[in-house]
Amino acid sequence: MTQLEPDRTGTYEPAQVRAVPVRHPGRWVAAAVLLLLAAMAVHAVAFARIKRGNAMQTRFGWHVVGQFLLSHQVLDGVVVTLELTVIAMLIGIVGGVMLAVMRLSANPIVKWIAWGYIWFFRGTPVLVQLLFWFNLSYVFPRLALGIPFGPELLHLDTNRLITPFIAAFIGLGLNEAAYMSEIVRAGILSVDEGQAEAAQSLGMTRLLTMRRIVLPQAMRVIIPPTGNETISMLKTSSLASVITVTELLYSVQLIYAATYQIVPMLLVASLWYLIVTSVLTVGQYYVERYFGRGSSRALPLTPFQRFRRLIRLSHATVPAFGTPSPPMPPGGGRVNG
Amino acid sequence: MSPTGSTLMVQAERVHKHFGLLKVLQGINLEVAPGDVMVIIGPSGSGKSTFLRCINHLEKIDGGRLSVDGELVGYRQRGEKIYELKDSEVCRKRAEIGMVFQRFNLFPHMTALDNVIEAPQRVRGESKETCTQRARELLERVGLSDKHAAYPSQLSGGQQQRVAIARALAMEPKLMLFDEPTSALDPELVGDVLDAMKQLAKDGMTMIVVTHEIGFAREVGDQLVFMDGGVVVERGEPRDVLANPQHERTKAFLSKVL
Repeated sequence: MTQLEPDRTGTYEPAQVRAVPVRHPGRWVAAAVLLLLAAMAVHAVAFARIKRGNAMQTRFGWHVVGQFLLSHQVLDGVVVTLELTVIAMLIGIVGGVMLAVMRLSANPIVKWIAWGYIWFFRGTPVLVQLLFWFNLSYVFPRLALGIPFGPELLHLDTNRLITPFIAAFIGLGLNEAAYMSEIVRAGILSVDEGQAEAAQSLGMTRLLTMRRIVLPQAMRVIIPPTGNETISMLKTSSLASVITVTELLYSVQLIYAATYQIVPMLLVASLWYLIVTSVLTVGQYYVERYFGRGSSRALPLTPFQRFRRLIRLSHATVPAFGTPSPPMPPGGGRVNG
Repeated sequence: MSPTGSTLMVQAERVHKHFGLLKVLQGINLEVAPGDVMVIIGPSGSGKSTFLRCINHLEKIDGGRLSVDGELVGYRQRGEKIYELKDSEVCRKRAEIGMVFQRFNLFPHMTALDNVIEAPQRVRGESKETCTQRARELLERVGLSDKHAAYPSQLSGGQQQRVAIARALAMEPKLMLFDEPTSALDPELVGDVLDAMKQLAKDGMTMIVVTHEIGFAREVGDQLVFMDGGVVVERGEPRDVLANPQHERTKAFLSKVL
């Protein structure tokens, strides 16, 4: 099969169109108004000063922000927040996959148990769930390991076992599992049934089919909302402050309880949440690229690759058009017709 | 393949299948001898694809007997009693039967080579080197030795279908099922796929092919079966059936497709 290149080398080139462009005064006005408002906002946030006591200070107290942003209490809080987020999301993802597979099971009991779990954990506020876990010792003063309705082999004091931190990640994680299961289920259902059929016709078991064929493809659908959930979890973990976990929010609360610098300390917390969210967003981009391999759309270059290419091109004399790209066969670029 | 050569590769006796109230197969009787190529034609909805899917137990039959290489599909017989097979046993049986689908169903997240390697490595537990070696040979056999690293989305329909054939062959099946393998292809890509199938038939593979390619049936088929309304209407030597159909329904169908 030979491929014909589109005729780019024609000798005749038409004259360029020269026309008076349409004016868009509305755009200029809108841009000007928005820029003005943005400038006012920046001024108020960053530069405007007011008198407090005998000193002139910025409205948001930036000098306090600078003083505490890297203080070790705050950094410890950031670390606890990250730990909470990571552990709760791990519980959420593992639990979510299990629940999703259970809901798609052929066993009606398994299916309904999973349904009931999701119904309960999605139907009650996570803050209430956290308080429940925190007060677990009221319901179960002792936790014991043994034979159901039989003798106990090992027992522990609930108040000692369930620290606020453990209550927090159990509460956040179990709640997250309910949401993740729906995301995973959507991903599994998005994979063409023909895929499972093809795998089965090759003799693959249901488990192997799920692990090797269906889930990797479901990931493309699962990753974006999971990134969303992770970012959401980062901020939801601040609810753990209510049960005295010294994560980021509670750390700054402890500081402003002593210094009364409420607004600057809330700014400190907000800045850290923004920083971590930004890092997570970049991470999500790369995970999505990994699971998008083989998709019909060609992978775009990462910003880093684009930057390197820019450097290379600025040194080379050939136009960007000449970079080699794999030839696409006719009818390519489509999956399954 | 079979020790005596007398065991039929596929034997269907009064096979019935229904989906709810819809009766799809209403008593199919067919035999395929080892090494034979059976071509099934018929209008859409006649139950051709369902019959193929019953053979490797992607669908359960509701009545009759269906056996592959002397053993019941999906069941085990001990004396008068019939026992359902466990999932793992069904999987082992399926691994011996290759299937090629109308819409290819390649794994889009794997390269062509990985598609072919996957089942031998994961199902039969062979070493990666052995699988890779054989996958390369198979891809060369279907004329795609330069496409190892390509993902399915970078291949044309005809190339994808040939990878699918290589993938099925990698399990060294004793029987190959083709479910309208060229129906989703652009006309100019059909030839390559048919050539690969002809080569396979020449090598002695037992094949059941559901297709609309009458030319293929005439050239390669040992048996031509015309199905309609869930029953076998007519069967025989392809040349005889095509040149001299006995039933009105066969005549009507052939007059439309020829």
